[in-house]
Parts: sequence; C-alpha cells; structure tokens
Amino acid sequence: MPTAVSAPVSAAVSTPLLEVENLTTAFRRDGAWREVVHGVSFTVGARETVALVGESGSGKSVSALAVMRLHPRQASRVGGRVLFEGRDLLALPEPAMRGLRGDAIAMVFQEPMTSLNPVLTIGFQIAEGLMLHRGLGREAAEAEAVRLLDRVRIPAARSRLHDHPHRFSGGMRQRVVIAMALACRPKLLIADEPTTALDVTVQAQILDLLKELQDQEGMAVLFITHDMGVVAEIADRTVVMRHGRAVEAGDTAEIFRGAHHPYTRALLSSVPKLGSMAGETRPLRFPIVSATTGAVDVPPGLPDTVTPGQRPVLEVSGLTTRFDIRGGLLGKVRGCVHAVEGVSFTLGAGETLALVGESGCGKSTTGRSVLRLIEPAAGSVLLDGEDVLTLGPAALRERRKRMQMIFQDPFASLDPRMSVGAAIAEPILLNRLGTRAEARARTADLLQRVGLTPDMASRFPHEFSGGQRQRICIARALAVRPRLIVADESVSALDVSVKAQVVNLMLELQAEFGLAFLFISHDMAVVERVSHRVAVMYLGEIVEMGPRAAVFGDPQHPYTRRLLAAVPVPDPARRGARHKVSADEIRNPIRALDYVPPVRQYREVSPGHVVQAWGEEWEPKGTSAAA
Amino acid sequence: MRDPAVLGLDPTPAAMGSPLVAEGTAALVAAAPALAAAVPDAAPARRRSGPHEVWHRFSRHRLALVSVVVLAMLVLGVLLGPLLWPIAIDDIDFSAMLQGPSAAHPFGTDDLGQDILARMISGGRISLAVGVSAMLVATVVGLTVGSLAGMSRGALGPVLMWVTDLFLALPQLPLLLLLIYLFRDTLKRIFGVEGGVFVMIVLVIGGLGWMPVARLVRAQFLSLREKEFVEAARSQGATTFHLVLHHILPNALGPVIVAGTIEVSSAIIAESTLSFLGLGFPPDIPTWGRILFDAKDHLDVAPHWALFPGAAIFLTVLSINFIGDGLRDALDARRVV
Amino acid sequence: MGAYLLRRLLVAVPSLLGISLILFTILALAPGDPFGDMASNPNIPPEVRLALRAKFGLDDPVLFRYWHWLVAMVRGDWGFSFQSRTDVARLILDRVPTTLFVVGSSQVLALLIAVPVGIAAAVRPYSLLDKLANTLAFAGFSLPTFFTGILFILVFSINLHWLPFVYDADIQATGLAWYWEHVRQAIMPVCVLGFFQAASYTRYVRSAVLDVARLDYVTTARAKGLAEGTVTRRHIARNGLIPVVTLVALQMPAVFGGAIVTEQIFRVPGIGALLINAMLANDTPVVMAVTFVFACLVVLFNLIADLLYGWLDPRISFG
Repeated sequence: MPTAVSAPVSAAVSTPLLEVENLTTAFRRDGAWREVVHGVSFTVGARETVALVGESGSGKSVSALAVMRLHPRQASRVGGRVLFEGRDLLALPEPAMRGLRGDAIAMVFQEPMTSLNPVLTIGFQIAEGLMLHRGLGREAAEAEAVRLLDRVRIPAARSRLHDHPHRFSGGMRQRVVIAMALACRPKLLIADEPTTALDVTVQAQILDLLKELQDQEGMAVLFITHDMGVVAEIADRTVVMRHGRAVEAGDTAEIFRGAHHPYTRALLSSVPKLGSMAGETRPLRFPIVSATTGAVDVPPGLPDTVTPGQRPVLEVSGLTTRFDIRGGLLGKVRGCVHAVEGVSFTLGAGETLALVGESGCGKSTTGRSVLRLIEPAAGSVLLDGEDVLTLGPAALRERRKRMQMIFQDPFASLDPRMSVGAAIAEPILLNRLGTRAEARARTADLLQRVGLTPDMASRFPHEFSGGQRQRICIARALAVRPRLIVADESVSALDVSVKAQVVNLMLELQAEFGLAFLFISHDMAVVERVSHRVAVMYLGEIVEMGPRAAVFGDPQHPYTRRLLAAVPVPDPARRGARHKVSADEIRNPIRALDYVPPVRQYREVSPGHVVQAWGEEWEPKGTSAAA
Repeated sequence: MRDPAVLGLDPTPAAMGSPLVAEGTAALVAAAPALAAAVPDAAPARRRSGPHEVWHRFSRHRLALVSVVVLAMLVLGVLLGPLLWPIAIDDIDFSAMLQGPSAAHPFGTDDLGQDILARMISGGRISLAVGVSAMLVATVVGLTVGSLAGMSRGALGPVLMWVTDLFLALPQLPLLLLLIYLFRDTLKRIFGVEGGVFVMIVLVIGGLGWMPVARLVRAQFLSLREKEFVEAARSQGATTFHLVLHHILPNALGPVIVAGTIEVSSAIIAESTLSFLGLGFPPDIPTWGRILFDAKDHLDVAPHWALFPGAAIFLTVLSINFIGDGLRDALDARRVV
Repeated sequence: MGAYLLRRLLVAVPSLLGISLILFTILALAPGDPFGDMASNPNIPPEVRLALRAKFGLDDPVLFRYWHWLVAMVRGDWGFSFQSRTDVARLILDRVPTTLFVVGSSQVLALLIAVPVGIAAAVRPYSLLDKLANTLAFAGFSLPTFFTGILFILVFSINLHWLPFVYDADIQATGLAWYWEHVRQAIMPVCVLGFFQAASYTRYVRSAVLDVARLDYVTTARAKGLAEGTVTRRHIARNGLIPVVTLVALQMPAVFGGAIVTEQIFRVPGIGALLINAMLANDTPVVMAVTFVFACLVVLFNLIADLLYGWLDPRISFG
C-alpha cells in the first residue's frame, strides 16, 4: 500500500477520495426496519476537511459508521454506494474491507475515556494496527508507536509506552487515540465528535493538533460534529444534516455567509457567538429563525431587571467545600479534594451571575453547596440576610423553597414514574403552599407559562423531548415562587436550536419574576449572552469576577484569557484569529492533609471587576494572549 | 443452590435478557442516538405506560407465558388436588408395593403401597408454601437491610454491607443443616411436629437468603439517591422519608420483584435439598424432596417413584425462573435506573 | 500490588472471625446441653464427656468460651469423634482431598463449558446458538443436583451399566487400571456438579461479555481492521471475563453445598458426606469442625478470586 499520496488540491476536487452516493441506513428494532439515514450524498477530496454537521438524531454519526461498515451486520442495512478511490466499500468482501480499516481509512471516536481498552497498554494498542497492516514485529511496531506518541505530543513518550489508559487524562487519551488512528498513515480520517467530551482549552489543543497533522500527512478528514464553532474553525466544506438527510452542502465560508436552506439559517442564528455582545449591557434573547420558512423573529430587548442599591438575595463568603480521599490499608483520609476554596460573591434580585470554568473547577460544587445539597466545610451563605449553613434540618427545608435548582440532564431530573403534573405539584404540596386543587390549578398555569399546555400534566416524562423536559423542570422550580435559581449547566445538554429557546424562556421569566440566577456553565458563548456578571473559577477558586462586558472585553487573569482564546468562533472569516493555546494540562485540586490554602489577594481593575493576583505559574512560558 | 445470576447479584445485569424478547441490542445501541430524537425537540410518540406496557412486554416472552400456565396448573393441582384425588397420603397397601403408574395409581406407589400422586399433592402444598414464605422473610429482611445501607451516609452502610458479605460467604447448606440439627427439637416442642419444622425451615432458608435482595436494594438506592430527580425533590424541601417512599422505593421495586420471584424457586430447591438429605421434613410429611429421599434406594425397581417428584420440582423451579426472566424484561428491571 | 494483597488479607481475617462468631453463636444458642444426649450414648465413655465439658468450658462466661473454642479451632484441636473414635482433625484431613478433587474438577469442567459457550453466545446475540444456550442454561440451573444425580444413576448405572454409582476411595487395582477406575467413578459426581455450575456461569459469561462487546474500544479495535476473532479474543473476552472471576467466587458457598449433595448421592467419601453422617449420628464435634472447614474454604477461594482480579485488572493496584 503506497503511503502519503501527494495529490494537488485542485486535482482532488475532480476525483474525490471518498464519494458517498445516496447512502441509506436502517436499523431493526422490535422486528421492524426503520430507516434513519435517507439517501445522503457527499464527497471528500484528498487533503480536504469536510464537516458533517447536525443536531442529535440527524444521522451524521450513523452515516460515518456506515462508511466504515461498522454497524452490526445482523441488525442494520446500509444501501447506496460508498466509493473510496473508486472502489465501492459496500460491495467489498469483509476481508478486503478489514484491510482498509485502520490502514487507508482510520477513525477517532467521541469518548476518549472509553475508546481505549483498559487492560492493554497504550503502546500495544498503537502497535496493534502496525503489526497487522505493516507486518511489523512487536519491537519495531512499538518503536514506531513511540514516534507517533511524540508526534501527538505526549510528554516522555518512551517511558509511557507501557502504561495503561487509566493513567492518562481525557485530553491525553484522545491524543493516544489519534496516534492510534494515524499509525498507518491513513488517507482518510473519520473523526466522530472527537472534541465534544473535552474541555474547551483541551478541545483547542486537539483541534490544532489535528490540523497540523493533517497538513503534514496530507490526509483528508471527515469531521462529524454538532458544534458550528468547530466547523467554522476547521472545515473546508460543510454538509448540514437534518433528520437523516443532507439539507445543504457547500463551501464553509459560503454557508456561514449566506445559507440557502432555512434550517441552516435557523441553526446558525441560534449559535451563540463569542464577542457578539460587545456594546450590549444587558442579556439578550436569541433571534429565532423558523426552520421551515426561514422567517426571522428578533425578540425585542428585555427591561432592566437589576435594581442597584438593594440588599443582595444571596451573599456567599469564604465558601469552602472539600472531599476526603481515602486510601491505604485502613482507608485513612490521605488527602482532600479542595473542590471549592474560599469562594465569595453576591447576587442581587433579577441578576444573573455566571460561574464559568472547565470540568473540575468546582463550579457545580459551589452551586450545590449554596443549596446545601453538599455540606460545605466553611464559609457562610446568606439568603436574604440569613445564614443557610447554620439552619437545622426543618428550617433548611422551609428555606429551600426560596432557592431552587435546575439540573443539566433533563432526562434524569424527572422521576420516570411520576406524571409531569404530579412532579410540578409536588413542591407545592410538600411545602404546604396550597390544597390539591390549588396545586392542580397552579400546575396548569405554570405549564402554560413555560410554553406547554395544561393537558400535558397527565403525561409521563418519557413522552417529552429534552427541551420540553427542561421546560417542565423550570416549571417545577417556579412552583414554589423562588427568589434564587441555581441553573447547573441547564442548557448544556440541549441541541443548539432548543438551547436558544430555553435560554430565551429563562430570560423572560427573570424579567417577569425578578429571579436571581446563578448560572453555572462551561459554555462561554452562552454565558456572554445571558449574564449580568461573570465569575471565572479555576481549581476551586474565583480567579476573576466582574460585569460581563468587563470580563469578556478586558480579561485580566491569564486563565480567563486562555479560556476565552480557546473558544472556537463560529465565523470562518475569523479562522486563525484564535491564538494558539498552550499545551498545559488542567491541574487537579487534590491536596495533602496539611495543605494550607494560600491567602489570596484581589485587585479591583474597574468598578466591580476584581482579579486574583497570580503567581509565577501563570507567567507565559508557552503562548497565551488576549483575544 | 442459589444462583446469583437469577437473583440479580450480577454486577452486569444489563445483558441478562431472554433472546426471545429483546431485539438486537447492538442495533438499539447504535440506533439510539438516531431514534431518540429523530425530530429535534419534538415529543416522542406517545407510548403506552403502566400495567398495559408491562403486560405487553411480558407477553412477548413466550417461555414466560407458557410458564405462567404451567405454574398455575401446578398450584391449582396441589390446592384442589385433594378434592379430585381423595386418597389418604398414609393409606398403606402392602398388596400394591412399588407399582408403576396405573389407572388406580397414576404416579404409581411406594414401598409401603402408598399412592405417590396423593403424597405429591400434599407435599407440593408444603413445598410451595415454604417457597413463598421463605421469599417473604428474605425480601422483608433484604429490603430493610438494603434500604438502611443504601440511605446511610455514615458508618451504618459499610457495617451492614460487611455483614451482608459475611452472610454471603457463609457455606449455606452446611449452616442450614447445622441450624436444623441443633434447633429441631426445640421448635417441635413449641409448634408441634409439622408446624415446628415448617417455621424453622422457612426462617432458616429466608434468614440465609436475604443477602442478594439487600445488595440489590442497596445498589438501587445508592444509584437512585444521587439521581437528579431525587436531588430536585430534596432541594424542594422533601424529607428523607418522603424521598424514599415516593421517589426511591417505587423506582427500585422492579428488580426487587424479580429477585423475590427467583427467591421462591431457590427456597423450593433449598427445602427439597434438606428433605432429600433426610434432614428436612420428617417421613410423615411427604414433601417432594422427602419423597425423592425415600425413593433413592429403590431406583432399580421403582424409578417412577423418583422421577415424578423430581420432575415436579424441576417444572416448578423452571417455570418460576422463566417468569422471573419475563418480569425482568417487563419491568425493565435489568436497568438500574 | 503488595498493598492490595495485604488489604485483601486484612479483609479475609475479619470475615473468618465473623463466620466463626456466627458458628459459635449458633452453638451457644442451641437449646440445652449440646452434649446432653451423650450421656445416654453408650459409645462415649463418661471421662470423655467430662473432658469435653471442661474443654468447652460450658460454665465459663460466653466470650471466654468463644475465645477458647476459637483457639482450639485455629490450633487444629477439633476434638474427638464419638462415632468413628478418631481425632476429628485426622478424620477431616483424610477426606478433604477427595472433596477438593471432586469440586475442583467440576469447576474446571464448568468453566470449560461456560467460557466458550458464553462468549460464542454473546458475540452473536439472539442467534440460534444463543437462544439454545440460554434455554439450556435455564433448564440447567432449574434442575437440582440431587435430581440430576438420580437421573444419571438411572441412566448410566442402572440402565446402561456404564459407570459405578458408588465411589470407592480404596480401589484394589494398580497402574493404569487404578487411574481408569478413579476416572470412571468420578465422572458422574463431577458432571452433576459441573453441569449445574456451567449453567449459571454461561449466563454470567454471556452477560459480562455482551456488556463489553458494545463498548467503544471494541468498535475502535474493529476500526483498526482487526479480524473478528482477534477482536473477540484480545479486546472482548479478556475484559469480559474479569467480573466473572468475582461471580465464580460468589458461587463458592453454593458449590460446596452442591458438593454435599453429590457426595451424599454417589457416596463419595468427602467431608460433605462426613457432615451428613455426623449429623445423622449426632456427632457434634465433627459437625462443628466440618462446617468451620467449609467456611474456611469459602473465604480462601474468595481471597484467591480477589487476588486474581487484582492481577487481571491493571486498574486495581492503584485503586
């Protein structure tokens, strides 16, 4: 098999590397065949990057697996033609197809935590393909594996060759998976949401790496993603999928500039763009574009919900939450996870404070500690001036009706055995806020308020979609007329178009009821849209906090800058404007028992905008710059 | 004697289904993202729910359906049998010793010329009663221990689980035998011969059979109590008691029902084993195991004597196990919510 | 790994203590004087009875008695069998190898059946083979061992005269014939026990392997172009069988229970048959000692399983 074909890009367009024609895929379920991909066609030229983009259920991943013929044969049917270098993969006998897999066509999957075999060393897993396709011996293959690990920038590659996957972080594992895919220098790399499970700074590193490797190897990439930002960042051409059909295909820049299909326009309009709020002072609803007609509905600006000078609803100071780590022979406490360390902030009525940061930074723990769903170790949480942390169980239950929570996963946050009406009425009855009849009436009212209909009260959660369930959760939270709502990644699991609608609903409810939102999210672009103030968390501490415009417009702390720099911008015109992100790993907040947290100094940059003083570890050794 | 797989001890219960019910799981997995929301944010088609859905799924497990019929016939047979077959179990007839099946004695006779059918009808009542009662004992103890361990955040949970694991490591049959060996006479004095042995066997089998239920309940509780819907209820001011009663227990009940079903069959096997070893019910109470014990020295001349009670045990246990499997599918119990 | 080994040992010791405590409690709670009916037993000399009473310290405080009993058990000082008039320790140690041989062979047989069948069923779920294996497995563990044993005797000994149905520990033969006789008489007990275990193991293996078969790294392995057989062997089976180790260990109490029944049916002179005979003969020291030995064996096999698990799963030593 010849390696590294160097075909000129122009020639590639005339004879594509991969031609998918009228691809259909059906699965058997309950004895009946159901088609989920209905005649999709697209091409990928040599050295070209094509993005297959769509929301959940659009059939993008199914199509990619069909190209590799990785669907279980008994339970799936794939139709159409998949021409790879002129050969129809679907007509190929299985041994010939096996010869292509991992050699000419390689694949990278979404979940780095599960796509490596836990009982085999990473060295062996990389070498496996080389031994198979190149006929190398174990030693030669492992030597090549070291070279590959070097190329994907795993530090100290040689010494880590015989480590098992559990010793690597998520980002490092994804590098190993990429090394594995690149082992035989494939002509086509299929990457199925390879960065979705990763933190944004790690995502930026992996995208940079993929881009660089693609240039060096001269391979084509079929990139499956739901993230328009990522598409804008890397794709030459884009295929938009919806309901198992390709609705639009074309040059990425052209699609972003002027999409033809109403669905593409709707999709693009609901994508929050970092930086689009420059000059705005208040949160703004998303414009809603009809996916069928393309009609645009730009909602009017919301009234100002923040009244200055009032006592804040929530005053948190010195909040600290730690978890013990046990180990050793007798399960002694060996150390602590300093999940939240000395966090202080205030939140006024009608205000949204966003807690942002990457996984493990302690933002969710902060939210739960405020509600005392987790018991904090120290600090105080004043709700309307009263310390929640010192309340007895009965008093705490009573106060909890003033602070409610909306969770990330709308599928998990409703009891599957309780009707939606009963779920919304439960807090009313629990807190004795009304009789059953009153609770029923209020349930109907709330359902209507969140955009559903009262007759849905008798239905069960499994009969609703993700967005509808999140609306139900919001209605349930509103049932007790709370003052404060902690929204923990509440829109992160939703598809972009649904996300925009739910965000709009939350903003409307804030204006109507004067709600204070503690909005916990990793998504900088959504945060920019919804928040009045922003607090950036890193390793359990707030490193920067201030008005949204100040933090986004004039970030001070190196971490804030790095975070903002890593966010992919859904605008191909600004591709490359994003600066290189240093390859630092996010450190973990595990400390020894005798660890004394340093006393932090904060400096006020502008009114309300404070930044933690940082030490040498943040001084630039790689690259990091302001956006 | 007890099969953790059937009892739901299995750490990987997901794949335990009957092939006859579930369709290609791999396909489901592959298709799940595609089917879950074929239309973004449009509600999934309205599905049947509640008892209807459970029955619908159960009825697709053909062997479970057949088993319901078989078990119903066995139960009716032992309950109504004495009315239809009014021969006394101790009707000794030396002229008809060790006879094979005939019109007068459909299941043949034993070495005293007693009618095996009559004895099996009488013994079957006891075997089934032991199975159901021991299941109740095991389930009540298991539910209590499991929910306490599952809700505790202090030292109680680990201690209870240590005790549970300890009981799991006990050699059960030797212990059963030992208990019966030591306590038989006392209980006989209190409850009479028949009652004493019955109470003891139920308590001992149930008392050594609660551990799988406890582990199962604890695992369910541990998983459920961290679920967001439970946390949501907690943040709305629900007490722990309310959480357990309204949110955790109802969602944990499916697997417990399945485990309880299987517990009946293991209790029946346990009782027959004891009787077969000559340490269960006395000779004048002919449970199926006891009949086998009496028959095993006459295999060469009267194989029917052993075959009928053996087949009865097998059929009963098999149909209960299949029903348990059907319930597992119907209640979706293999999925830890 | 060293720390892990030590930790498992530290867990095993309290288990043994707990089991011994349960045994002792049962004995202490037993009504009346456990040695009461020895008075009427002509086989027991009065001085032996008095010595036993003194040894068990029946008038001492309970904890004291437990301690003495435990020390005696640990030192192998298990008392004197009234029935066979020998040392209990001697009696048991003579018979343990036979039991271990039968149990061990049956476990090997069970795994030899269950592992390949379970894997084959799992890699082609809902195929004809899978359905057949599943139905047979259900039948297998719904058949109590005592009934299978009787069926085997009926068919192979009484009808076909192929195999002897009484196990003989002292075969009067030499050379190959000796081995042949041993194998012949072991076939039925080993098969009865082995088939029963194979039925449940098959289901464990199938379910464990099926769980692994749909994981991402298996798809990754396929995407590398590995042949189906290699994927199954290298990526599915190895991972799938790790949890099976624990499940097999959990089955040990049931396995020894089954051994008692089979030994009784086929008159295998192991410790299970010894237990039943001792019970029928009211030979209390033997009953207690055999139960204790069974408990020790279960704990021992659990320990072995734990170590095996730690060895198979690279994640353990860091846990």
